[in-house]
Amino acid sequence: MQVSSEQLLAIEQIVNKYRDFSGAAIPILQEIQNQLGYVSPQFIDKVSELTEIPASELYGIVTFYSQFRLEPIGEHHIQICHGTACHLAGADKIIEAFESSTGTKCGATSKDGKFTLDKVACIGCCSLAPVISVNGKIYGRMTAEKAQKLVREL
Amino acid sequence: MANKQYTIKVGLASCGIAAGAQQVYDEFLSKLSQQEAALDAALILTGCLGMCYCEPLVEVSTKGHERYLYGNVAPEDVELIINQHLFGGEPVKELLVYAPNLDPEMDRYMEKQVRIALQNCGVVNPEDIASYMAAGGYQGLQKALRLGSEGVIAELKASGLRGRGGAGFPTHLKWSLTRQAPGSVKYVICNADEGDPGAFMDRSILESDPHSVIEGMLIAGYAIGAGKGYIYCRAEYPLAIKRLKLAIEQAKAHKLLGESIMDSGFAFTLEIREGAGAFVCGEETALIMSVEGKRGMPRFRPPYPSEKGLFDAPTSINNVETLANVPRILQCGAAEYSKYGTEKSKGTKVFALAGKVRRGGLVEIPMGMTINEIVFDIGGGISTGKPFKAIQTGGPSGGCIPASLGDTPVDYESLDRIGAIMGSGGLLVMDEDTCMVDVAKYFLTFARGESCGKCSFCRIGSEKMLEILERITQGRGTEEDVALIKNLGEAVKTGSMCGLGQTMPNPVLTTLKYFANEYQAHIAEEYCPAKQCKALISYVIDAELCRGCSLCERACPANAISGELRKPYTIDPEICIRCGLCTSTCRFDAIHVESKPKSSTVMEVAQ
Ligand SMILES: Cc1cc2nc3c(=O)[nH]c(=O)nc-3n(C[C@H](O)[C@H](O)[C@H](O)COP(=O)(O)O)c2cc1C
Ligand code: FES
Repeated sequence: MQVSSEQLLAIEQIVNKYRDFSGAAIPILQEIQNQLGYVSPQFIDKVSELTEIPASELYGIVTFYSQFRLEPIGEHHIQICHGTACHLAGADKIIEAFESSTGTKCGATSKDGKFTLDKVACIGCCSLAPVISVNGKIYGRMTAEKAQKLVREL
Repeated sequence: MANKQYTIKVGLASCGIAAGAQQVYDEFLSKLSQQEAALDAALILTGCLGMCYCEPLVEVSTKGHERYLYGNVAPEDVELIINQHLFGGEPVKELLVYAPNLDPEMDRYMEKQVRIALQNCGVVNPEDIASYMAAGGYQGLQKALRLGSEGVIAELKASGLRGRGGAGFPTHLKWSLTRQAPGSVKYVICNADEGDPGAFMDRSILESDPHSVIEGMLIAGYAIGAGKGYIYCRAEYPLAIKRLKLAIEQAKAHKLLGESIMDSGFAFTLEIREGAGAFVCGEETALIMSVEGKRGMPRFRPPYPSEKGLFDAPTSINNVETLANVPRILQCGAAEYSKYGTEKSKGTKVFALAGKVRRGGLVEIPMGMTINEIVFDIGGGISTGKPFKAIQTGGPSGGCIPASLGDTPVDYESLDRIGAIMGSGGLLVMDEDTCMVDVAKYFLTFARGESCGKCSFCRIGSEKMLEILERITQGRGTEEDVALIKNLGEAVKTGSMCGLGQTMPNPVLTTLKYFANEYQAHIAEEYCPAKQCKALISYVIDAELCRGCSLCERACPANAISGELRKPYTIDPEICIRCGLCTSTCRFDAIHVESKPKSSTVMEVAQ
């Protein structure tokens, strides 16, 4: 994948913003992901060129922290909580319901690019377990049926 | 605001918002603005009121400080509350969860708790510094500046405050070590990584009362001689980060951050760093690496961060709740704080009560309260009505405590004695339907995934322990497996460098200790008493109850169900993937989960 000129501009602006910042690598990568949706190896090369942080170090960061994704995200980002409370409340069943109704697995994006599924640890709404979030909006007290319905409606 | 006849508060922390509290707030806003002339009422956004189990929550309080709490409020209820309660003076009984003389059980729920760290949660508006100040905010800092650095540390020592992030290290000692360490540049870090996957105390405090944490950091900075602080907050908490940022801006505008704070000559600035999804970054040395912009790999201690921390400078790392306690200790005095708790564990502890408990939510108890009091008097007992089986504290680093030890007081020493830990405040309640082997496997799976990979014991040991647990939960375990996993667990504990590896065997070891018979059932009988382990259960349709409606057949993603309309359906156990979708679609409760001990099936065949 080529880096487009808009993407390049965005990367340059972000790097410039963190010029005099100690320990800037993570915030730079986070902001790139926030703006562009992911951090591709090509983006990493560009950041390395601009900041003189070795690309290997940046790559090490991106693969260490689970927040970073190397590929673009699907149209709808479904995060399924698999924290303890949600596990006890049957998160596995919710995961299965989402996997079967979107035709993709946790950690992957469906072929049509419509859904990205992710398993996450505790969204912090344990009293509403099982909990999921779709594009940042949190849904509590999920059931397998609600999951299927949600996917149909998206 | 206090001079209004009614104050209406809507709990808008992320759990409330997830339950629909924003719509309720908006409805109040629009309805009240239409009635502005006729009603003497103020609408206030507030944080977590603690009773997450009946969110959205609305509190109506009167000028005379009488509190009426409404639970499970829907936007449609707003008009009724306004008409009947605000105009008519008659509370809406059906929606009330707490009110003066309403329900002795709820009185007990309130009376058992002592709110110090949570004092302002669900009380002040977290987006308004004036609201915090009106509640006594920044008076602790004022007092600190009068006492001088040594005086602050002495006050903390007298309070007995210990770190609430898990380890319980005395806070005054951490501060005085950092203060005494040589170096002119020093840092304060607030650990808001809250990695325990089932805990939400720190999130609630940050979302509901961000200024108390900022004030705590200012006092810490003043005490140890630091000019800069960092808040390391997990990125999964966007609302906490948003409110923190806002609070920092407001504190700056009030000259409570920056140069010469309160004209004392003390200067302090704050920055937020977002975590990027790594549990190990809650460990202090890994966290420091992460703030420095690197991979969060723990390092050997000593040197401790108090000597050599962020950018190699002396650093005090404190947990959110620890810091939230600090302003109150200074404001009210150490004696007021230390009158709660036990001899060695002073003050209160906040718990995120969750799992199979009726009143899940955020609670704060004086140390020394027993587990039973928390689960039953505060939590209201088991939500499913089934027997209470165990609690789990401390998440992946903690232990499972059986119901038979429910009389154990919750303080650092007592929990330690029974092989569990206080942890940072996650408290999961489990009922009979919880499989303890599955719980151990769950935590170990989590910890294995989060191992940074540096120590072989942690990296490979966790993998091997997990393989054994997999075997056991699939009914393929052997008698030797129990001894093997115990040995491995002890080895991982002693052979790992950081707390992650040192504590990750705890859930396994404590369940082995207290629930040995459950492991035995899986191994010897290929039987899961809680009917949770997929390989050992089957779904069966009760021919008597089945009406042959075909709903389950259509719901089954594996096409394992077949039958003829209006006749009983059947499930093919060979094809069934045990997802349970059929059970939740069945309208007649006709589909059951079964797990039978091997010996009983042998007997059945023999018969
Ligand atoms: C694997 C691991 C994860 C941790 N996660 C957290 C955490 O999420 N929050 C926290 O405050 N402390 C956490 N700690 C404890 C910190 O290392 C540290 O002891 C604590 O932040 C000190 O603050 P305190 O003295 O106020 O408790 C963790 C420790 C380990 C070993
Ligand atoms: S465990 Fe799922 S929200 Fe906490």
